[in-house]
Amino acid sequence: MIQETVGSAKAPGAARGGRLPKINPVFFVLAALLVAITLSNPNFVEPTGYMNFLKRAAPLAILAAGQIYVIVSGGFDLSVGSVITLTVVGSSVLLNNNADATWWVIPVMYAVGLAVGVVNGLVVSYLRVPSLIATLGMMITLNGAAFMWSSGSPRGYLPETFRFFGRTNIQGIPLIQFLPVALLVLIVVGLCLFWLMHRTNLGRLLHAIGDNPRAAQMSGVPLERVRIIAFVISSLSAVTAGILLGGFAGVSTDVGVGYELQAITACVIGGAQLLGGRGSVPASIAGALTLTAIFTLLNFIGLPKPVRDVVQGVILIVAVVLATYRRNRAGGT
Amino acid sequence: MISPAIEMRGITKSFPGVKALKSVSFSAYPGEVHALAGENGAGKSTLMKILSGVYRLDGGAVVVGGEERHFSHPLEAIRAGIAVIYQEFSLLPERTVAQNIFLGREPTRLGLIDHKAMNAEARRVLALFGSAHRIEPDTVVADLDVASQQLVEIAKAVSLDAKVIVMDEPTAALNEAECEVLFGLVDTLKKRGVAIVYITHRMREITRLADRVTVLKDGETAASFDHVPEPDTIVRAMVGRDIGDFYAAPATPQEIGEVVLSVRHAGNERLKDISFELRAGEIVGFAGLQGAGRVALAQAIFGFAPFTEGEVELAGKPARFTNPRDAIRAGIGLLPGDRKAEGLVLMQSVSDNGLLTARALSGLAGKADATPFASAEEMDKLLHELDVRAGSFSQEIKALSGGNQQKAIVARWLALAPRLLIFIEPTRGIDVNAKAGIYHLMRDLARKGTAIMMVSSDLPEVLGAADRILVMRAGELVAAFPRGVSEADVMLAATGEEAVAA
Repeated sequence: MIQETVGSAKAPGAARGGRLPKINPVFFVLAALLVAITLSNPNFVEPTGYMNFLKRAAPLAILAAGQIYVIVSGGFDLSVGSVITLTVVGSSVLLNNNADATWWVIPVMYAVGLAVGVVNGLVVSYLRVPSLIATLGMMITLNGAAFMWSSGSPRGYLPETFRFFGRTNIQGIPLIQFLPVALLVLIVVGLCLFWLMHRTNLGRLLHAIGDNPRAAQMSGVPLERVRIIAFVISSLSAVTAGILLGGFAGVSTDVGVGYELQAITACVIGGAQLLGGRGSVPASIAGALTLTAIFTLLNFIGLPKPVRDVVQGVILIVAVVLATYRRNRAGGT
Repeated sequence: MISPAIEMRGITKSFPGVKALKSVSFSAYPGEVHALAGENGAGKSTLMKILSGVYRLDGGAVVVGGEERHFSHPLEAIRAGIAVIYQEFSLLPERTVAQNIFLGREPTRLGLIDHKAMNAEARRVLALFGSAHRIEPDTVVADLDVASQQLVEIAKAVSLDAKVIVMDEPTAALNEAECEVLFGLVDTLKKRGVAIVYITHRMREITRLADRVTVLKDGETAASFDHVPEPDTIVRAMVGRDIGDFYAAPATPQEIGEVVLSVRHAGNERLKDISFELRAGEIVGFAGLQGAGRVALAQAIFGFAPFTEGEVELAGKPARFTNPRDAIRAGIGLLPGDRKAEGLVLMQSVSDNGLLTARALSGLAGKADATPFASAEEMDKLLHELDVRAGSFSQEIKALSGGNQQKAIVARWLALAPRLLIFIEPTRGIDVNAKAGIYHLMRDLARKGTAIMMVSSDLPEVLGAADRILVMRAGELVAAFPRGVSEADVMLAATGEEAVAA
């Protein structure tokens, strides 16, 4: 994983500061959890152990890497879970058990994702609806749409050509034996989103509008355009996550349920500022891995799903409290 | 011989890593105004916070009415008759004037709040300042203007029977006319035998009000005067150097060039029939009262609150912009008056703040550290040239002083090399040394051919730094003066009393 401290500006002036770059604590937490998992299940250090872990975490990690764009810009995207559902259900309907249709169904799903992102962005930017409400409305709408599209009874089958991305392992790789395609997708998407957020003008402008939209506007930042792009990136990452999930989960109208909050939790664990202005793609991916690691550990211990929900809720709150505490201690004025 | 109302002897206070005050002594007698001057960070506020019980002292003694006291809570200080009026008011905006004045000690009748008695008493206190008609006790505080709110703060202090009133830069948010009201109030309080500690770094206020002056610098008493010395003497004590070159030299006729901006009969709902020209190489100051339309004019030119009528040309091309982005593209820059709300992205680095506009006008997918306008290295160089003091340009801008923040915003615009740069309240909240830096910077820019529009409520600043002065009143341009005009003439034009006098 690329080590990138949260919000660190890559100015060459960094060298002059004489301050050590702060490493985001999420990486230590993740490392500690991985050690804990290994202790409770020594098989984890085998390729089958950690590769399956990464494969399982990939959809959430991709989702978090997209969600962080909206969070940094000062909003939330609650519609991503329903975009996942729509992707899985919609693909199964369009594919209609025809393996040859995959090549055009996937672009169609990305087009749908693009449209959802644009609508979210337009509603938030021009109709001035708070993103929490706008994307909540979108979530309810899309869940309903997915249900209607599948006539309430989704086909429980996706052809192998579609499931390739989420399910296949590339065999015969030295050292690690095999490489899941899902992990490959995560690496590619992660690198692209890292570059876009931390190396381009878009990334710095996202930070600016999340930090102080009025100052950004007075400085010539095209607020609406930047904000719409953030929602589009989040939606497209949700379509990607949906394609991966379709690969290893079955088709149902609740595949995406809860993913929006898990993605937001992952970003917060990664140290993102909830009201915008600060956040990092690698740290959000690490946050997603951390969350998955916690769930894995709870699974090993044998705790049921409701306990997982309680834990996730507590983590979300604790992460926000810790982030606030850390920022206050770090000073400022 | 009267004894002092308060006396602070050899006060020492340290914060982790900083010695904020080193053996500072200070006193205030009943019926006098003792001005406490010094740059930002000199220790003025710390000293007053010790007096009012917000901080505990590390060494020294606070004597109130001849008795040594150790306040551990602001309430104890208030009970001992010490009231502090901070820059940020402590009024409850949704309550009435009377409710605020009697907060926590409302008069009761049969266990219920006696509104009648409360309003009557509030009116009596307000009448002491001749403001019973201006402010009704049952007005909600949020509906009052800043000056009136301050009056309510002072009324509250008086009704508490304060022997000592500390005013922390009370004119920071006031315009000229409101300042006069405040000065009158200070005179009234003085006559009533209140000891007033007046914190400011404006020389005009010291000359107008003070009986004695103490200057703090770096936590120590730099100078103490039992009279009011020449402003130069005070400023020298404050900054530790001579300030003969406080303002930069004016433009010579050769330096003034082509017309950059020409506005003809332009207006919108806040501006009426505005016509003027700005030339390359000149600094034009815009004076006027708060709400006279100076900021509205700047925002109209910048496309933030656009003109709805008239013609505007920038370097000969039509320039009625409807959003800041278009205005910036055409070569207009604006430094907002409220840096925190409109200028800075506080959580981002100094360098990011400098590069913000360069990035905003470059392609979204372009490299953030190499915009066509400036690379990250060039921005660092520019920040260095402007002498922005920061541990590192990659640290958050939040921790920088106002002057350094302002210079970072200047750097943002310099990277774009605008034809016209609009400064709104360029030195608000900036200490004296940094002020001089900003004036010289403006002049250097003008020398390089930029037209500079300076909107400022600090009249001496407008008179000192501008080549020409335009005065606005009620949304109109009412007067134009050359350099060297007197403060009184500008004030008359700004308040509109000219017509009466004539």
